[in-house]
Amino acid sequence: MRENGTVMIRKRRKHKSLYNRIFDFFVYLILILLSIACLYPMVHILFASVSNPTELMAHNGLLLKPLGFTMDGYKLVFKDNSIFVGYRNTIIYVVLGTFVNMVMTIMGAFVLSRRDLYFKKAITILITITMFFGGGLIPWFLLMKDIGMYNNIAAMIIPTALNTWNMIILRTSFQAIPIDLEEAAVIDGASQVHILTKIILPLSKASLAVILLYYLVGNWNSWFNAMVLLKDRNLFPLQLLLKEILVMNDTTATSVGSAGGVSINSVQGATAYRELVKYCTIVIATVPILMVYPFLQKYFVKGVYVGSIKG
Amino acid sequence: MLAASTTMQEGSKNRKMTHGNRRTKIKKDFKKNWFVYLLAVPVLAWYIIFCYGPMWGIMIAFKDFKPLLGFEKSAWVGFSHFVEFFKGPYFVRLVKNTLLLNLWGLTFGFTAPILLALLLNEVREGKFKKSVQTITYMPHFISLVVVCGMIHIFTANNGILTLLVEFITGKDYDSLLGYSRFFRPIYTFSGIWQNIGWDSIIYLAAISSINPALYEAAEIDGAGRIGKMWHITLPQIRPTIVILFIFAVGGLMNSSHEKIIMLYNPMTYDTADVIASYVYRRGLREASYSYSTAVGLMSSVINFALLWVTNRFSKKLSETSIW
Repeated sequence: MRENGTVMIRKRRKHKSLYNRIFDFFVYLILILLSIACLYPMVHILFASVSNPTELMAHNGLLLKPLGFTMDGYKLVFKDNSIFVGYRNTIIYVVLGTFVNMVMTIMGAFVLSRRDLYFKKAITILITITMFFGGGLIPWFLLMKDIGMYNNIAAMIIPTALNTWNMIILRTSFQAIPIDLEEAAVIDGASQVHILTKIILPLSKASLAVILLYYLVGNWNSWFNAMVLLKDRNLFPLQLLLKEILVMNDTTATSVGSAGGVSINSVQGATAYRELVKYCTIVIATVPILMVYPFLQKYFVKGVYVGSIKG
Repeated sequence: MLAASTTMQEGSKNRKMTHGNRRTKIKKDFKKNWFVYLLAVPVLAWYIIFCYGPMWGIMIAFKDFKPLLGFEKSAWVGFSHFVEFFKGPYFVRLVKNTLLLNLWGLTFGFTAPILLALLLNEVREGKFKKSVQTITYMPHFISLVVVCGMIHIFTANNGILTLLVEFITGKDYDSLLGYSRFFRPIYTFSGIWQNIGWDSIIYLAAISSINPALYEAAEIDGAGRIGKMWHITLPQIRPTIVILFIFAVGGLMNSSHEKIIMLYNPMTYDTADVIASYVYRRGLREASYSYSTAVGLMSSVINFALLWVTNRFSKKLSETSIW
């Protein structure tokens, strides 16, 4: 009897481990395939950007290594003044915009985190309504024109000065700071200025880092406001130029149309270079964010965790 | 009154206070906490100008807005823009396209991150799990412009996606973005590519807070790994799923123009044109300000109603609510 029992258990265990292995196999297989699907498009663009343009035009299908090797595409892009100006504009908008974002968000979050504030309920309602209702694109656009945002670099900074979600994330972390700390400071005669700058901000470094990153990425990637509000090409951010090159298929804005120093003999050659430039501009615009992202990943993820508590 | 000084009594006292008393108290508080009120000013001003300003501008939906006359002097026309839209040829097409595109998103885009989170939860090896996470989160940080640029490249005549579709169907195609029937799959699956990793984080967070004792109990009851996934993990993260689902269903009539206007073209309007892209095109490209504001207003009213109804249902069925 006993022998029979142990055999059965052993059989069950064997059965179970086989089942486990098959299960694991499929889990790993699906995850590996998914990772390849996520990674491949980026790798393809990277390989294509250094490939020989004529070979690239003739090539069909997957790119598992660069076809030949040339930096001509990058040379063309960097020689081109408008991409350079776009890059510069983007950096200006990102720095100024993110600074304004942080100041406004800290102010709003601090106000909302106060427990004993008159009109707090009214303020909260005022803000919550905007999460569900808006005026819509057209009234917004007309208002922007009316208040002088049209063709003004302020259009890249002021209309997006605050993001309610980020403000709520920050408020939640301000509220998580033990009230005792504050009360002790108040007894010692600390003012509200002191409480914010000496207690709350230093204790919320992690959350501040999270929303800083969100704003940085958001400002770097923003293009729509620029498209509808900026008229002067010298004010265009990088993403808007990219949109013209990649989506509207318009490379005349860049010097590629005139070949910019690289000798191109035929119309076909020019088309090939135009394609090459697309790959290169994608790489140039994406690499800065993707380079820093893996190091900051845990902060980005933390933002989702904090946001989900009070989402 | 002054004699009663314990905090409990002060609380009830506050409510009984006369108007004048309250005002002096507010004044005192302003003096004491001037800094907080000072900080509130720019924030409130921003909300009033940039969020409530456009809401006030909604009135042009009921006017025949002429930029030269301005908001005030343009003539009132009542609901005629709404009537024009309802009777026009685009109403049915736009509502249908908006709903279908969102239903595609709800079917594939909503479930994909849940599946990914469940699969990642089955991986015991830390390094592999972390690598998969890092890789799948990555596309989230690529700008929308670049994502659309990549779609244009990969769906071009000899792009790899076009070749893949040709291989599967055995037919020849030009650029896939020129065919109406490919618009929804392209839009939806590129969206999954962008967001599957990132959207799975919230479910992984929910999974990580499940009590391990539940799994032990299920194991004793003889549950296998699929059994545990189905009977423990999924029910435990249900509140998270339900809340996100309410938002998704509430947003069925909602649409964003940003990605669509970079992917559609007149050849694919019959599947790709949604309310938001139509508002953008009519409003900003053709300057029919009043008409497109009316279209936008109608869609946001329907939206809010949908969100409200879904939330109501969910409150009844699962006791989960977004407010």
